[in-house]
Amino acid sequence: MVGGNEVIKKKIFNRDIITNYFFIIPAVVIFSIFYIYPFFYTFKLSLNEWNGIDLHQQFVGLDNFIELMRDKDWWASMWHAWYITMIALTFQNLFAFILAFACDRDLKMKNFYRVVFFIPPILSEVVVGLIWTWILYAGKQGGEYIGLLNYTLSKIGFSHLAHNWLSDPKTALTCIAIVHSWKGFGWGFIMFLAGLQTIDRQLYEAARVDGANMWGILKNVTLPMMIPVIAVVVILTILGSMQAFVLIMSMMGNELAGATSVPVTQILNSMMATKRFGYACAQGITFGVILIFISVIFKKVSDRFKEV
Amino acid sequence: MKRTIGIFLCLLLFSGCAGRREDSKTITLWHWMTDRDAVLQELAKKYEEQTGIKVKINLYSPPSSYSQKIIASAQARLLPDIYGILDKKKVFASFIKNGFVADLTAEFKKNNSAWEKSLFDKALDVNRFKKGNVYGVKPGIYGVPLDVTNIQMLYNKKLLKKAGITKPPKTFNEFLDDIDALKRVGIAGFVSGWGELWMADCFASNYAFNIMGEDKVMATYRGEVPYTDPDWIKVFKVFDILRKRGAFIEGIVTKVNKYAEQDFALERAAFAFNGSWCVNVYHDMNPNLEYGTMLPPPINPNRPMSIWGGAGSSFVVNNDSPRKEEAIKFLKWLTAKEQQAYLATKTRNLPSNRYALSSIPPILADFARTMDYTTHPSIWKYNEDAMVTKKFDECIQMIIMGSITPEKAAEEVQKVKEQELRRAIRRKKR
Repeated sequence: MVGGNEVIKKKIFNRDIITNYFFIIPAVVIFSIFYIYPFFYTFKLSLNEWNGIDLHQQFVGLDNFIELMRDKDWWASMWHAWYITMIALTFQNLFAFILAFACDRDLKMKNFYRVVFFIPPILSEVVVGLIWTWILYAGKQGGEYIGLLNYTLSKIGFSHLAHNWLSDPKTALTCIAIVHSWKGFGWGFIMFLAGLQTIDRQLYEAARVDGANMWGILKNVTLPMMIPVIAVVVILTILGSMQAFVLIMSMMGNELAGATSVPVTQILNSMMATKRFGYACAQGITFGVILIFISVIFKKVSDRFKEV
Repeated sequence: MKRTIGIFLCLLLFSGCAGRREDSKTITLWHWMTDRDAVLQELAKKYEEQTGIKVKINLYSPPSSYSQKIIASAQARLLPDIYGILDKKKVFASFIKNGFVADLTAEFKKNNSAWEKSLFDKALDVNRFKKGNVYGVKPGIYGVPLDVTNIQMLYNKKLLKKAGITKPPKTFNEFLDDIDALKRVGIAGFVSGWGELWMADCFASNYAFNIMGEDKVMATYRGEVPYTDPDWIKVFKVFDILRKRGAFIEGIVTKVNKYAEQDFALERAAFAFNGSWCVNVYHDMNPNLEYGTMLPPPINPNRPMSIWGGAGSSFVVNNDSPRKEEAIKFLKWLTAKEQQAYLATKTRNLPSNRYALSSIPPILADFARTMDYTTHPSIWKYNEDAMVTKKFDECIQMIIMGSITPEKAAEEVQKVKEQELRRAIRRKKR
């Protein structure tokens, strides 16, 4: 037994191992300072009542979490984020996949399309928000609509469809979701296109020789081969859409009486508007846990699909 | 060779981690006023020429980001020598109680209170904590007002004339009649930046004071009068009536003030609710705009209309600053008559120095005339809880959107009020 311990000691103090530890120390220190410590500090704050300025923090235990569970506004914001995510998951990704599938063929000017489809994601969210605010603007000057959408509708004889898009709680969130999808589909497009290009062309030829039509090839060759890429795109879409914030703030300026609130705007409000840092931290931690939970579920589902 | 390069790179990396050392004499001032930055920079240069002391002016905008920066800097004990607190009096009090703000009372009282007397009382009140204040702050003056502001209504003379209106409305009913007249000629009635909730809150507060008076408003904040009181329902009804009469410009609930100002300056609406800073903004957007100022038309003729006003922007001095004395001297210089007159001329803002009023344009003089009607949450004895204010403002938005009735709004706000009162009791017990 003593001999066994000596072997372990020898291994631990082996010069190579010490050198290896030495090399990872900077990374561990940086990770600990910028990730581990803030995480535990956030958790500590979530157990306290604090206005962000006072030196004293009041310990409240799990009160912030209990209050959060009962906070209707918080869960409404979660639903709004989920709504944006669902539109992104369906329309945005479907559209991205169709376009990537089309650009993977021998199309004329396909490089041009690739560049055009990738423009929205490289634009700043603030810029996109302001452009769409102008497009959806409902105001008039001299009896004419100023916003591009309403102006166009009125000019082609559909003035009855002109609407106050961003100031109506019934349409505001959907508008945000559409703009978010418009901005985000380019990422999905690039990832799908990269995935499609890795599929061996011989598989397509073999399928064609076997008499498969376009739908058959898509169903039996393309989609099964694309499952890992689809899984990544889905998880990234969920994480990106659930945390949508800048676009909402640049398009709306506020939460429209809660109609366009999302978890991140709620967290910001708790910190800045009502100065409840402890509650904001509890919201942040809960939101993080929910995102991890959703991501894990989708990962499991996609693994299951891969196996099938 | 490799070792030398390695050591050099390490040194370069760690040198980046070192804090920047300012010249020990340089005063640092952080502000948020994009429209005044150029003039402040000019004045800082002039101050350096006169005294040899450099003042570094840093602009951080928009105000919401500035506020976040100030709070984060306070937490990290990295506040500059001079800064502003753009928040409620409660937050201001927290900064003072935690030692982030210098008490300037002794400086104001020097030389038979010369500095204090040179500034408008209303502007100083925002920075003053009186004896027995609810925040538990030692009585005194803790900030220096740079300019004076008030928020009231504006009317476009040309558009009113177009609708056959000869003079601005004096009562709320006259205002509604004017809205109808404007609608008949296809002109939008009223615009304001209510996408920034505090502006709608300000408008509501004006009418709350007019309808029920300050005492009852304060009693509500203390929790003695519920928001379901008929007077508060009347306040909510102001927004409901205006919505039903089609007074609001399209999209008012999401309109940030910058766009609202554009709408008024470009003559898309006949009335606006805005602060005196707008004089400069409108001048830049449309120098030929013909407009006048008016108090919001009262509902209750027996009570004067109170409007928000006082110090437009104030600076405080960092209590921990090693350059505290120099910082105070600079603020004294900045609020002296000559500099204030220069600021007023260049930025078209009301000066905080009473002796510098002679150099302001006529429209700004109109604003100045109503300073007696001003009040501000910073000078009230009590302030509403932030959670209740948030709900209150959201309910106003919902009324404007037509998704809630005034009665229901009152119930919703009262529910949050009771919840916060319970929380305050729990906090006290702890």
